[in-house]
Amino acid sequence: MTKEPEQFIVDGKRLDGRKPEDMRPLTIEAGVLEKADGSAYIELGGNKAIASVYGPREMHPRHLQKTNRAVLRCRYNLAPFSVEDRKRPGPSRRSTEISKVAREALEPAVFLELYPRAVIDVSMELLQARAGTRTAGITAASVALADAGIPMRDLVASIAAGKVDDTIVLDLQKEEDQLGGGDMPIAYMPQKDKVTLIQMDGNFKPEEFEEALDLAIQGCKEVYEKQRKALEEKYTKVEEK
Amino acid sequence: MSQREIIATVKKDYIVDLAEDNKRVDARDMDQYRDIRIQTGWAENAEGSALVDLGKTKVLTGVKLEKGTPYPDKPEEGVLITNVELSPMAHESFESGPPGEEATEIARVVDRGIRESEMVDFGKLCIEPEEEVWMVHVDIHILDHDGNLIDASSLASVAALLSTEVSEEEEDWKLSEFPVSRKPITTTFAKIKDKIMADPCLVEEDAMDARFSIATLENGNICAMQKGGSGTLTKEDLLEAQDLAKVKSEELREKLD
Repeated sequence: MTKEPEQFIVDGKRLDGRKPEDMRPLTIEAGVLEKADGSAYIELGGNKAIASVYGPREMHPRHLQKTNRAVLRCRYNLAPFSVEDRKRPGPSRRSTEISKVAREALEPAVFLELYPRAVIDVSMELLQARAGTRTAGITAASVALADAGIPMRDLVASIAAGKVDDTIVLDLQKEEDQLGGGDMPIAYMPQKDKVTLIQMDGNFKPEEFEEALDLAIQGCKEVYEKQRKALEEKYTKVEEK
Repeated sequence: MSQREIIATVKKDYIVDLAEDNKRVDARDMDQYRDIRIQTGWAENAEGSALVDLGKTKVLTGVKLEKGTPYPDKPEEGVLITNVELSPMAHESFESGPPGEEATEIARVVDRGIRESEMVDFGKLCIEPEEEVWMVHVDIHILDHDGNLIDASSLASVAALLSTEVSEEEEDWKLSEFPVSRKPITTTFAKIKDKIMADPCLVEEDAMDARFSIATLENGNICAMQKGGSGTLTKEDLLEAQDLAKVKSEELREKLD
């Protein structure tokens, strides 16, 4: 059991030395898998995740096809060794819900109507989990979709805002998430200025909600720059070959 | 396109056209809930229960207590287990079997509203630290699905918990009453064509871009939120929903008295 620290923020610094508005170190790499049509690797603080994309390809079984658009199928999965106590393999209620909200976070960005009867399969494999896995997974999945060459309206960037010691902070780390006063992950399309995922648990005053929303949107814009850089790096490398 | 899909598209266009004029299919105001009826104590073999009618949506929640082992990270706290059963009688698309994505989401959203509000004092539901605690099972049965299952389920579950009484004859039950205090209220808003409307019915849900649910406490604080649906929301949408949630949750909370 994690012991509660007396204070999460001392002299304006958080437990890991960050300021309230700082996110953990973030690196993204596009095109890390050989077989997948698109892929991305992400590290966010202690989180390590790979996202892959297959498709658009024919949807089987056929009765699941949509006649006017492609179906996006999302799978969020925590590896058994990704967390402190081993996680039993296979889907859980938590992963079922996250797979659903992740799909709904990504769908608005993809031109699904270009591929009737097809399916696009997105898989998010969390290999090391340290709070903020759904935001890391969605951020990577969006880069993987772009890496697969699938037409998109925008990238989807994702990060959480939360509350510790009555201060709104960006990108909660593990202790802050477990013992803090609230966690609010969002996903956001920066070019479109649209929120595609928002969840929250904890206890926010009304004005804290708006503050957290502004901070999370700001954070997503930072994440977006890293996503773009990852894609640019991969495709400039290809040109040099 | 099949005939079914054509009809669905026509219906959807109709709902969207109405929304553009701030109108709704059942002539409600944009911020108006359907009629609500709450009957507690309906399931007499449950320690707590509530049958909720939200318009034509019908949900029954039963609360049962049983003894079990606590979670290792919370050795002195009772356990909350929330489950949703989308009964095949409630809608043609529901099939029997293990809970799917929709049931799982509803259960987890209702669970978060109850848990994060701290309405149940789980610290009092410990029998023997690390050994035995009370497990509070909140089982939600969807009987008739005409939209907004999140609010109907949440309201039925909170009402059922507030009505929970444990028999004095129950072995190891030492409390004078079931330890509940706050009344978290979940309110859901649909976005259709840039318009926000409260308590979407099923045809509105079929036509909506996205929905947004907010669980509010008596003091106006927010304890849980969830966006659903494949569309997007703007910051303004979210703040508008937050303002509406404050007003509507007070209205719904009065129904619990």
